[in-house]
Amino acid sequence: MILGLSRIWSFAGYLIASIIILPLLAIIAQAFAPDKDVFRHLFRTVLPTYIGNTICLMLGVCICALLIATPAAWLVAKCQFPGRKAFQWALLLPLAMPAYVVAYVYTDLLDYAGPIQKTLRLWFDWQTPADYYFPEIRSLAGASVVLALVLFPYIYLLARTAFMEQSASLQHASRVMGCGSWQSFWRLSLPMARPALAVGASLVAMETAADFATVSYFAVPTLTTAVYDTWLGYGSLSAAAKLSSIMLLVIFSMIGVERFARRKQQLFQKQSGPNEKSVSKLTGISAVLATAYCSLLLFFSFLLPFIILLQYAWDYFDESWNADFWQYSFNSLYIAAIVSVIAVLIGVFLIFIRRISPRTSDILPSRLASTGYALPGTVLAIGILVPFTMLDFAINDLCEYFGQQGPGLLFTGSVFIIIFAFFIRFLAIAIGSVENSYKRISPSLDMAAITMGLKPKALLGRVHIPLLRKGIFTGLLLVFIECMKELPASLLLRPVGFENLATYVFQFVSDEQLEHGALAAIVIVLVGLVPLIYLNRSLEQEN
Amino acid sequence: MSTLSIRDIHSDYQGQQVLKGLDLLLEKGEIAALLGPSGCGKTTLLRVIAGLQPVSQGELSINGVTLTGPHVFTPSEQRGVGMIFQDYALFPHLNVADNILFGIKYLDKTKRGLRLEEMLELVKLEGLAKRYPHELSGGQQQRVSIARALAYEPELLLLDEPFSNIDAKVRSEMMLEIRTILKKRNVSAVFVTHSKDEAFVFADKLALFKEGSIVQYGTAEELYTAPKDKYVADFLGSGNYIPITVKDNFRVDTPIGVLTSTTRLSHPAPYQGEILIRPQQLEIFADEQGLGVIIERRFLGNICHYQVQVAQNLYEVKSQLSQLMPGQKVHLQAQAHSLVLF
Repeated sequence: MILGLSRIWSFAGYLIASIIILPLLAIIAQAFAPDKDVFRHLFRTVLPTYIGNTICLMLGVCICALLIATPAAWLVAKCQFPGRKAFQWALLLPLAMPAYVVAYVYTDLLDYAGPIQKTLRLWFDWQTPADYYFPEIRSLAGASVVLALVLFPYIYLLARTAFMEQSASLQHASRVMGCGSWQSFWRLSLPMARPALAVGASLVAMETAADFATVSYFAVPTLTTAVYDTWLGYGSLSAAAKLSSIMLLVIFSMIGVERFARRKQQLFQKQSGPNEKSVSKLTGISAVLATAYCSLLLFFSFLLPFIILLQYAWDYFDESWNADFWQYSFNSLYIAAIVSVIAVLIGVFLIFIRRISPRTSDILPSRLASTGYALPGTVLAIGILVPFTMLDFAINDLCEYFGQQGPGLLFTGSVFIIIFAFFIRFLAIAIGSVENSYKRISPSLDMAAITMGLKPKALLGRVHIPLLRKGIFTGLLLVFIECMKELPASLLLRPVGFENLATYVFQFVSDEQLEHGALAAIVIVLVGLVPLIYLNRSLEQEN
Repeated sequence: MSTLSIRDIHSDYQGQQVLKGLDLLLEKGEIAALLGPSGCGKTTLLRVIAGLQPVSQGELSINGVTLTGPHVFTPSEQRGVGMIFQDYALFPHLNVADNILFGIKYLDKTKRGLRLEEMLELVKLEGLAKRYPHELSGGQQQRVSIARALAYEPELLLLDEPFSNIDAKVRSEMMLEIRTILKKRNVSAVFVTHSKDEAFVFADKLALFKEGSIVQYGTAEELYTAPKDKYVADFLGSGNYIPITVKDNFRVDTPIGVLTSTTRLSHPAPYQGEILIRPQQLEIFADEQGLGVIIERRFLGNICHYQVQVAQNLYEVKSQLSQLMPGQKVHLQAQAHSLVLF
């Protein structure tokens, strides 16, 4: 804290924050604006179904993900069995897999013409679909399972940490009082991990609500697809904004749940006292079962889809390895690079202001700047389109007023708008990793530097930046990956003719020709694996 | 002219008064300890001096220059104070040499080199200039932080619980060593601690804090032998409070007999109150006709600690005698000293 810090710093912080919350404000403002009956029409016809589907999907995904993630987390945290060390990080791999690719692969395997049903028909001599029952993958239930397979690592990661931090002495106490290991799990470990599970589930629910590609591929209409269709189908920006604000209500209530659970989690995990790790060694049949469970989970969530992608890419390599592939890879890479650098720079700046400012209100800019991550890609895109369309029109009107030719769609028709959208959406990640790194710099270092005569800029350059290197690198990496993966915002905002890897792959998924886009999908997955491995390594080093 | 002068300083934090009107004067070359339990405001005062904490009222000057006062505020980076922190606050990305030279601005290269050598020699760390903080022991890190704070020749050195992370075995040795360094260079210093033992060893003057106020300020001896109230007396060591009646200007009546003060008493006869007698000021003798009975005995090596009952009162006594046993009848007698009346 620097007493008497110039107000210019605070002003700069507020300026940045106000640009970042512009889309959010635009959506809220549009939600109250009148529109041409599109919204009323939607409300009377399909909207209740959309809302119902969204809620059912969120519940379904959460339940599935909790059921598959909790046992895996408990096994890895508390038991010793063959392969435990590898599963510790391998079970995070599904996070790198785009859900729509997994959806495509399983549809290919499980639908009527797929190899599974074909084999069954052959074995049992069935002739038509009327002869037998087989669950339909292209359904709400199918989407729930597929999304759970990709999103369960959020719960796994948080639950694993919670289980690991539970003190061994509590465990011993319950044993001494006569609880078997199964009873200890139900009466002690699970209730204590409940807040962590709730945090994980609310993250999964948020990601589910924001998912566009999977539900769109499965033709399960939800609020997210509705926003997309309303804008591209009806061309009604204000109806899309109204739908977006309903979506925001859902998202913000999830955030509320998450915050509440996190507070409890701190309470539960603080009390655990001296942390002595207790790992019980599994033998015989239970060790085999544990290994089998984790292997199957990894196989279905990551290995199988990835192997099939490799197969596709191998078979169609010559067709896929073309100029388009290079062009779209380059588009993805350069946008991701620009966004990650800007996001980290701004992130460092905002957290720096918050740290040195003597004014308590200066916490606000970094908080506001983090709200972007809560906006699903589709909603954010609408929120950006509203003000920038107005701005573009205003510029052109102004030019025409002076008798000039207008510049056309200066903002909404260029790559700028995608960069801007990604920046807002992922700034929170940059802020988060910089903030984490900042926490480790003792405040007394600042005081020492200031009493030795350093000005704010020198404090940032000579003391903070060198010590933040790791956080800055992590932030760059994470934002970069997210930019490579982000689909809905690119779909809605891209200029005509512009493609990146995500839109390119999704195009093939929609056209039922993923074979041709498999190479691009593999690039997305591989780029996503890098930070998982890097972050896991640095986590292990800390322990 | 005093090096540091503080007049009527008030400071608020989140609507709470943390400092309630403090006064303090420090002469050139003096070391003052701010002593008190945690949360009493001593660290806050240190930060006020460094310009890291806002004040709501009062005035502060160093060498006659007002730094904090009505309509005056000199920012920390222009105050020229040195500060040493509980966690040493060494910059982990810089080696010992760069840490020590961090605060020096206007010196050419050769002079910087000379200053570095001088500082390393002063804190006995020659040859470690290229090491990084994590390669040093706690005591060595402490020395680097001292060297860093002295290298730019501050007007005043501030130390925030600098010894609390040092191993108990080497702590007093370290304190004496640093005290010698400060005295050698005639540096004025303000030092925060919650331990009376550290304050006694390290400081020339003590300011005892209680809930945001300084209860008493003076030399260690003044505070110990002539405490203003029971809070000061108890903070600096255990004591017996004996009910008395003043007989005349020098003598008081007590349950263990009449005691005579070496100085004139602060209250006239027939004042009734209590006097403070430290356990080592009481002498104990085996005596079958004595009024006291030993209730408890604790053997502490060089001395023995007794609890003696006389009438309804219990007395703590420290004595070289170790052969007395519980149940034994004894006689208590106070050494001649200046009696403190409450």
